[in-house]
Amino acid sequence: MSARELVFWADAIVAVMSAGVVVLHRNAVVCALALVMNLCSIAVFFLLLDAAFLFAVQVILYAGAIMVLFLFVVMLLDPEGQGLAGRVGRIQLTLTVAGASLLLVGMARALPSAVADTGILPEGFGGVAGVGRLLFTDYLFPFELASILLLVAMIGAIHMGKKEVER
Amino acid sequence: MIPFSSVLIVSAVLFAMGLVGVLTRRSALVIFMSVELMLNAATLVFVGASRALGTMDGQLFAFFVMTVAAAEAAVGLAIVIALFRRRRTTDMDHVSLLKW
Amino acid sequence: MIDLLLGAGPLAALFKVAVVLGVLMTVVGNMVLVERKVAGWMQDRVGPNRAGPWGLLQPLADGIKFIFKEEIVPQAANKAIYIMAPILALTAALTTFAVVPFSDRLVVLGREVAPIIADLDIGILWIFAVASLGVYGIVLAGWSSNSKYAMMGGLRSSAQMISYELSMSLSVVGILMVTGSLRLADIAGHQADTVWNIVAQPIGFLVFMTAAFAETNRLPFDLAEAEPELVAGYHTEYSSMKFLLFYMAEYAHIILASSLMVLLFCGGWHLPFVDGMLATTSPGFAGLIHLGIFCLKVSFFLFLYIWVRWTLPRFRYDQLMRLGWKVMLPLALLNVAWTAALILWGIA
Repeated sequence: MSARELVFWADAIVAVMSAGVVVLHRNAVVCALALVMNLCSIAVFFLLLDAAFLFAVQVILYAGAIMVLFLFVVMLLDPEGQGLAGRVGRIQLTLTVAGASLLLVGMARALPSAVADTGILPEGFGGVAGVGRLLFTDYLFPFELASILLLVAMIGAIHMGKKEVER
Repeated sequence: MIPFSSVLIVSAVLFAMGLVGVLTRRSALVIFMSVELMLNAATLVFVGASRALGTMDGQLFAFFVMTVAAAEAAVGLAIVIALFRRRRTTDMDHVSLLKW
Repeated sequence: MIDLLLGAGPLAALFKVAVVLGVLMTVVGNMVLVERKVAGWMQDRVGPNRAGPWGLLQPLADGIKFIFKEEIVPQAANKAIYIMAPILALTAALTTFAVVPFSDRLVVLGREVAPIIADLDIGILWIFAVASLGVYGIVLAGWSSNSKYAMMGGLRSSAQMISYELSMSLSVVGILMVTGSLRLADIAGHQADTVWNIVAQPIGFLVFMTAAFAETNRLPFDLAEAEPELVAGYHTEYSSMKFLLFYMAEYAHIILASSLMVLLFCGGWHLPFVDGMLATTSPGFAGLIHLGIFCLKVSFFLFLYIWVRWTLPRFRYDQLMRLGWKVMLPLALLNVAWTAALILWGIA
């Protein structure tokens, strides 16, 4: 196994374990921190897959901004967390795990027909220049749509976050 | 050289765990976090496919997924806060007025 | 042995990390003394002068004092997060130095050594990424201390940091457009060929400097940790070694911001007349002189930080946020648009 694969599997263990903490832990703040660790491990995946720019964006944007927002809200609203739903939750949990395992098995059966790797990469793969070029040529329309989406989200969030005016 | 099947396996496991989180947790915020987990698993597949195919389109898609996730997080958290102001709880089992 | 340590393998990288960390921590320790001395001179008094000649052993004395203090953990605090927060803050502050180049080339014992720990293609994005993780140290410290002042201070500090992160990143975009590369060595090298960016991008420099002061929670933006306002903000409940870690993280951030200002705006290791004189000497000697110039410039900016701290009054929190969102962000955006226009018209 090459060094890259070794790091990949170590990172995969970190990602899966932190995802486990997110899903199972009682305390919502711990869940949020575990999600931050998970996002950082996914960023490392991106780095291993030659997507250096995405690595930076994932850490700056997802782990560094979105999750801070999450953490603020969690700290203010739900510091203790409620854990899994009561006794009914046990059945729920078992059924869900069974369903998710079925999903996994189904995906595993699709593996042999998965895409083959090409191996050789063009110069500057994963860099800012490549992303920027595509973003403003082939994907210009989704780019503009995304900016409108962000504007709409901003307006919506500000409006909903305002305190209700007493009549 | 990381084979694409390894990326698929890891991503599938993460997606399944996110799914379990969404379906079993009570706290609205943790449900939200599990959704983010699923989104990230999908993003990982995009990036892995982009590398396997040698084109940058997958990474572009991952970029857009992150943008949409940011917008969704902002609005979703605003909704949760508004809900909290009304009901004083984030427990989704108590917010079941629309159930028959 | 020398080959192992100075070559290209992982051991060489670790050795470089150890050297950089050692130098950094020494500078951080001495900055404590420099701050107090300079503060004293500005206030027409002598700073600490009891520990050793001219107070030079003061950092050592402070370090020993911190080690011997009692470790207190507040009773209702979340113990794991309480202990992890300062570790996270210091780790984030130190990891950013992985992509900072200290010179243009170094020749040690006859071997060419890259003067940078990790020469990533994404260069400056690494610094922004890791610095944005440093916010967690502060917000977790504030929350886990289970105290009103700490929580308020933590929330305010982190809100301030994420607000000014935006302006800081945008103010650099102008330089990136002109240079065409994210690597800090390229940006510094580019300034050697044309003018320094402080002349080419004055608005960018202004925004960056303001944002850097706000990011490091230094006066005039230190409301969240100022004594008369919020006791000590997010590190109210911290004592001895954990407080020392926060203190060191703050100074490491200050050194990082100064290094960035030098590399991005002030030509890095380049001085106009010196390069002409160095053209005839050996590259190793030139590299060392460049290293010295870099350190001198960074020292000037460190002095600037201390100077501003003891001169200007403090911003109120709402003034601070208003400045960040309504003044700095539009200025940075205008700077990007203006630079783009200049490039389009072929001037820059």
